[in-house]
Amino acid sequence: MISPTIVRLGARSIFGRWRGVLLFVLPVILVGLSVLIRALVGEDTDAAEGTLYGLGLVVILPLVALLATSGLLAPEIDDGSISYLLAKPISRHTIVISKLVVALACVVVFGTIPMLLAGLVLLPGSPSFAVGFAVGSLVGGAAYCAIFALLSVMTKHAVVIGLIYLLIWEGLLGGLLDGVRWLSITRWSAELVDQIASLDLVDDLPLAYAVIAFAVVIGAGTWRTGWRLRAFNLTGDE
Amino acid sequence: MSSIVIDHVSRWYRNVVAVNDVSMTIGPGVTGLLGPNGAGKTTLIALMSGFLAPSTGTVTLDGEPLWRNEEVYRKLGLVPEREAMFDYLTGRQFVVACAELHGLADAGAAAQRSIALIEMTEAQDRSISTYSKGMRQRIKMASALVHDPAVLLLDEPFNGMDPRQRIHLMELLRTMGAEGRTVLFSSHILEEVEQVARQIEVVVSGRHAASGDFGAIRRLMTDRPNRFVLRTADDRLMASALLADPSVRGARLRSEGGIEVEASDFGRFSEVLPRLAREHGVRLHEVTPTDESLESVFSYLVSS
Repeated sequence: MISPTIVRLGARSIFGRWRGVLLFVLPVILVGLSVLIRALVGEDTDAAEGTLYGLGLVVILPLVALLATSGLLAPEIDDGSISYLLAKPISRHTIVISKLVVALACVVVFGTIPMLLAGLVLLPGSPSFAVGFAVGSLVGGAAYCAIFALLSVMTKHAVVIGLIYLLIWEGLLGGLLDGVRWLSITRWSAELVDQIASLDLVDDLPLAYAVIAFAVVIGAGTWRTGWRLRAFNLTGDE
Repeated sequence: MSSIVIDHVSRWYRNVVAVNDVSMTIGPGVTGLLGPNGAGKTTLIALMSGFLAPSTGTVTLDGEPLWRNEEVYRKLGLVPEREAMFDYLTGRQFVVACAELHGLADAGAAAQRSIALIEMTEAQDRSISTYSKGMRQRIKMASALVHDPAVLLLDEPFNGMDPRQRIHLMELLRTMGAEGRTVLFSSHILEEVEQVARQIEVVVSGRHAASGDFGAIRRLMTDRPNRFVLRTADDRLMASALLADPSVRGARLRSEGGIEVEASDFGRFSEVLPRLAREHGVRLHEVTPTDESLESVFSYLVSS
């Protein structure tokens, strides 16, 4: 199901573009800010929660997933070079899953691990706090990757639409309307964090629902992306 | 031996028809797909390589549908027209990756063979981003040949190549055709096609305009009436001299000066014109073909 060649090519392509630099910048901001907050206010649960949730889960994590996933698929689809992968006797789902493995590795390196580090910096006395955010960011990151992969094969404006979705739905409406939690990856991730770290980031969202919702988004997003890729049209300028 | 069969295929994009009820069979040997820019050649190659679904009709490779069928790529190699590649790789890394994706047992050796075949060994360790257009074209060829396919489709493969590379690629395609492979390449240049392919398929405005041996098609193209505008020192005398020759179908004095000539036999006309001018002592100032564009050649083919 996973092609080591596509994984290798994917990793090369991400860091061969300017997006790769941004991937390094985002976790530095998170960890740097956490160090600053810890130095200024000490071990403060509210400040730690606000930083890892408001900045980490809501901003840094989805941006890392967006940069990684769209950088893997969208440019190749735009310039047609994906035809060199598609003109091979390999399943389109293998291509998508292999690309998502690279995207998920980016989420781990630039999202999950920095989240763990930032959590340990902010509240060194509560390792479950850091672990909770790390797990939440890992699973949430996987769901974001599946969504952004699908967007990349559906539209040429995957990055713009992805950003609008993050800003309007996950950011703005998620903070204003309570009901959005049922359809919000950030809130599902927060529910995982709540369970592991005994926090109360999101109200009235059953854990089972969050787990099933994640499974559906990751599974359906991956499958649908592969299905769309099977019907990829390659035409020139005519 | 493999064949691609296109059976009553049309393809349209909303209300624009790119390919209109085309039927053709591409068998072993080299076939040239000839047509002016925008005629539908790229669309046809996309249909033949499984990268486009026909709106109606079927496209099959040895009886197997090409659309949504990854397995066909075991025996099909594609050289797309687009230049975009994995520029962050070297030529060798790119071809090795293609060999790996084909699941070849010894991807490194297969890549080396393929790279040597298209004479890119020296430049194989350079980044693709530094390659010229011709080099890109050749490394694309190497990637398409790495699994030794029975069918090779090339979209405008000679674009950007220098004359030496062009001759080498032509020789390679001829050899592959002689080996019994099914090779199809598109071009909008008749001379290019006739040097490599015996079989020619001509498409014009999405329609299959002609099919057959290049000699017959070449004759059709060169024997068509040609129109010229001549500017001479004595238009009236020159017009009467030209009309007396059987290679000229008609001559008309233009009100703004000059003669409009329709030649029925281009070969003879090109010999007769300077001779008649010399015999009658008329100086030729200008000879301009008025319908030499490829489009007019193809339009003539469609109407004939």
